[in-house]
Amino acid sequence: MTPIFDSFAFYLLAAILVPLVSGVVLLFGASLSSKARGLIALFGFALPCFVSLLLAFNFDGGNAGGYNFELKLPTGLESVGIYLHLGLNGISLPLFLLAGIVGLATGLYAIYSKAERAHLYLALLLLMQGGLMGTFASVDVFFFYFFHEFALIPTFIMILLWGGSDRRSAVMEMTIYLTLGAMLSLLGLIALYVTSGAESFSLPALRDYLAAQPLSETLQSNIFGLLLFGFGILVSLFPFHSWAPKGYAVAPTGAAMLHAGVLKKFGLYGLLQIAAPLLPAGLTHWFPWIAWLALGNILIIGMVTIAQRNLKLMLGYSSVMHMGYAFLGIAAFSVVGVGGALLMMVAHGLSVALLFMLSTCIHHRTLTFDLRTMGGLAKKTPVLCAFFVAATMASIGLPGFGNFWGEFTIFVALAETEATRWLLIPAAFGILISAIYGLRAVANIFFGSPRPEFAARLEDPSVQDLQGFEKRPALVLLAALLAIGIWPRLVSDRADAELSLLYPVAETIPQFESSTAVPAIETKEDAH
Amino acid sequence: MNEVLADYLRGIAATNDWMVILPEILLAVLALGLLLVELFVTSNKKMVPRVSMLGQGVILIVMLMGGCCGLAPVGQSNFGGLIMANEWTYSMRLFFGVSALLVTYLGTVFFAKQLLARAEFYHLVLLVAASLMLLVQSSNFVMLFIALETATVAFYVLVAYRRNSALSLEAGIKYLLLGALSSSILLFGIVLLYGVAGNPALSGSTSDALNFSELAGFITSNPENPLVLTGALLVIAGICFKIGAVPFQIWVPDVYQGAPTPVTAYLSVASKAAGFIVLLNLLHGPFLALQGFLIPIVSVIAGLSILYGNLAAIVQVNLKRMLGLSGIAHAGYLLMGVVAAYSVDWATQAILFYLVAYLLASFVVFIVMSLSVSGDDAEATLEDYRDFARQQPFLGGALTVGLGSLAGIPPLGGFIAKLFLFIAVFQAGLYSLLAVAIIGVVISIYYYFGWMRVAYFSTSANDETDSFPAPVDIKARSVLLILLGATVILGVFPAAIGIF
Repeated sequence: MTPIFDSFAFYLLAAILVPLVSGVVLLFGASLSSKARGLIALFGFALPCFVSLLLAFNFDGGNAGGYNFELKLPTGLESVGIYLHLGLNGISLPLFLLAGIVGLATGLYAIYSKAERAHLYLALLLLMQGGLMGTFASVDVFFFYFFHEFALIPTFIMILLWGGSDRRSAVMEMTIYLTLGAMLSLLGLIALYVTSGAESFSLPALRDYLAAQPLSETLQSNIFGLLLFGFGILVSLFPFHSWAPKGYAVAPTGAAMLHAGVLKKFGLYGLLQIAAPLLPAGLTHWFPWIAWLALGNILIIGMVTIAQRNLKLMLGYSSVMHMGYAFLGIAAFSVVGVGGALLMMVAHGLSVALLFMLSTCIHHRTLTFDLRTMGGLAKKTPVLCAFFVAATMASIGLPGFGNFWGEFTIFVALAETEATRWLLIPAAFGILISAIYGLRAVANIFFGSPRPEFAARLEDPSVQDLQGFEKRPALVLLAALLAIGIWPRLVSDRADAELSLLYPVAETIPQFESSTAVPAIETKEDAH
Repeated sequence: MNEVLADYLRGIAATNDWMVILPEILLAVLALGLLLVELFVTSNKKMVPRVSMLGQGVILIVMLMGGCCGLAPVGQSNFGGLIMANEWTYSMRLFFGVSALLVTYLGTVFFAKQLLARAEFYHLVLLVAASLMLLVQSSNFVMLFIALETATVAFYVLVAYRRNSALSLEAGIKYLLLGALSSSILLFGIVLLYGVAGNPALSGSTSDALNFSELAGFITSNPENPLVLTGALLVIAGICFKIGAVPFQIWVPDVYQGAPTPVTAYLSVASKAAGFIVLLNLLHGPFLALQGFLIPIVSVIAGLSILYGNLAAIVQVNLKRMLGLSGIAHAGYLLMGVVAAYSVDWATQAILFYLVAYLLASFVVFIVMSLSVSGDDAEATLEDYRDFARQQPFLGGALTVGLGSLAGIPPLGGFIAKLFLFIAVFQAGLYSLLAVAIIGVVISIYYYFGWMRVAYFSTSANDETDSFPAPVDIKARSVLLILLGATVILGVFPAAIGIF
């Protein structure tokens, strides 16, 4: 095999290796000055972000079915069909971009962290970042899984070392749930590898093989079941969600931002990129399950979120709840639905990372996460208040933010076909629910009159408005959210061609996706 | 008389029979040499392990070079069919050589804390290595039994080596009794097979029924004979005792706990690995025709081992017992591979890879244990590792990598090993077994991560009592770094060891 080496592929490799190398340097960098440490870490986080933007602007969206910026290196496992095969397509690019941006924000915030053994903290975050970039840049299914697991381990260690008070049980629950999810999805991927007959873990090869000889319906639904529940556990699909709020509540800020913002999207990405296109009959078979469980996420967890009195737990639950919309988008199984889910994933990743960061900023000022005891913070910290309100509005799905387009497009997709139309009514309730808890949290924290003991805390001179080092990451995330909100084509244009190749266009809606109204079956045949 | 002897010597000189077992001979000679060193060099107590390690290094190099110029041609039988090399014997002999070297190193750490006779320990370690090497090459039941017994008898002594400790003596007695029982079961099976295969009334009967290939011919023509089935079953049971598979696992926790840590490591890595290779040789050699009978039995043993080992390990707070029980689970995973090897030809490579990854990770954990606990580590519990990672960052990191690899987490060798094994098992169509294995892996996360959790969990800032001994010396550091590096390389670039 001759190694494939696109001219931009070098950047792709660098986006994975630079954070890893900087992480390893910092791992042994206990003696470095805090300034040198910060610079190394910043470089490790900024480069992937730069690369992701650079590649996004050089991305050729017309190359559907193929990959941009391909790089294929042998690993010595040719006999099993495993190559280090990197590249981006329309589905992975938005997530790669998300990983870059959230990573930069996390880095900007984390280098000012006052954690004990800061070099280790930054090192673990950087290792995680390298794994994240690798996950979404992998064409080879094996490496896709490999990088994900690689990024998970630092999360556990960070929670153990720097986590909140209940971390002992929370981290164990999280570890066991996530391992279960990972093992099930690994089993599903192995099943796909063996039954497809492709003798390769390469996604395009699997695609070609399965297009030529689709698996039997039973086999498809069995494998899809494994992948659905495996990936589902990783994305906190109801009722396998209990690890998420607890885990995020105790996780240190950087880990929570990267995990909730980016790493958790791995499961959805796997469903979008691998499971649904390769096993369409499986998706049809499991459709009722996905729909009902997603409704469980939206309605039941929505109610649970309303009941939360702890800010971080509330954010954790709300992030579980919003995953329900992404599952509904996938369940719709159309270009519009999946495109909506993709937009939703990106926007949700940005907004949840912002919210977790701001919740820590609030905690630094109020020394509590208890919503009942707070109040009137806006007078002292107007800028923090403005950011938090904006992030909350985004997560509720107010027009102007990316989340709106995600949810809106998913609703449109649900309305397209008779079979999914009934889902609109319960799903719309979800918007109401998120408005209730979002607005109530804002009101509780920032407005109203503070209780006497809290008022005393507010008088403390250390309670100041958002500092520069807190503003910078918040601005990065908010700018990205607004950019997608105002111009969603940033994401959708690049994903269109790929999605319409992989997914059927249901009844197309003229204003939307009109350029891609080519019946998918024909394109598929053209491609082969 | 002289002429007979001369003929015999000429015959040997004409073949290179003895060259085939050169590493074993060298190991035995080295073992004897150590006793002499002990006898004559009394001033320097460190001389024996030094000579031993140096000698073993030379032997490993000889083996590596011999491997390049064809020391062990595959498929050639030597000594009248007593010994035969196959695709995996060469790797396994290297495997035992490396294990012995690491156990010798662990011995030096162990004896720094104990006042015991030393030379015999190093001597026995080499004898075990030599006999295990012979064991995996044996293609005759006499050879197999003698090699197995040589190793086992040496282990009886090694397990009870700390004769001032009640735990060690108890472990020694238990291992002796159950080991003797298993050996007799094995022997009974061999005798049954020999007897029935020598019956001239049966088709394909042979006078040389101890030879694997002769026996294979006989069994192929009489696969339904009840005596054959009973004999094979007893032989398998005897081997399963050695690898500690359910329902023959009862000795494992006690013996692992009581034995000195180097011996525990040796038992759990080398002795177990040898058991698997013997099982592979038997199941795919003489017992090949019994597939239909043995596959369900071995599958059930594998499934039970995985579940029992993992479930029993989660409630353990004593670390050596926990490692022993988790070793039962690993035996179960490997047995799955043995079953898969019937229909997937590269499953044996997956097993070898797994064994190598297991060796590296286990030794990392055992070395960390030996270095970290002052005094008697037979009693080491999870609580002893509280705040370990902060007080000993290097050892804490090493422990994390070792346990992570045992648990099967990327990018470590243990992950790739499990992945390959699972792919092979899937290809063989053993879905229910695979489901059990997945459940087992998830359960195992609980105790492996539980250990890590304790190690990383700082109790309180004022708990500054330095409960761990002085910082790690350079030798320990480099040994650990090599093992850790190899673990990571196996995970990132699995082709490095040339199994795939």
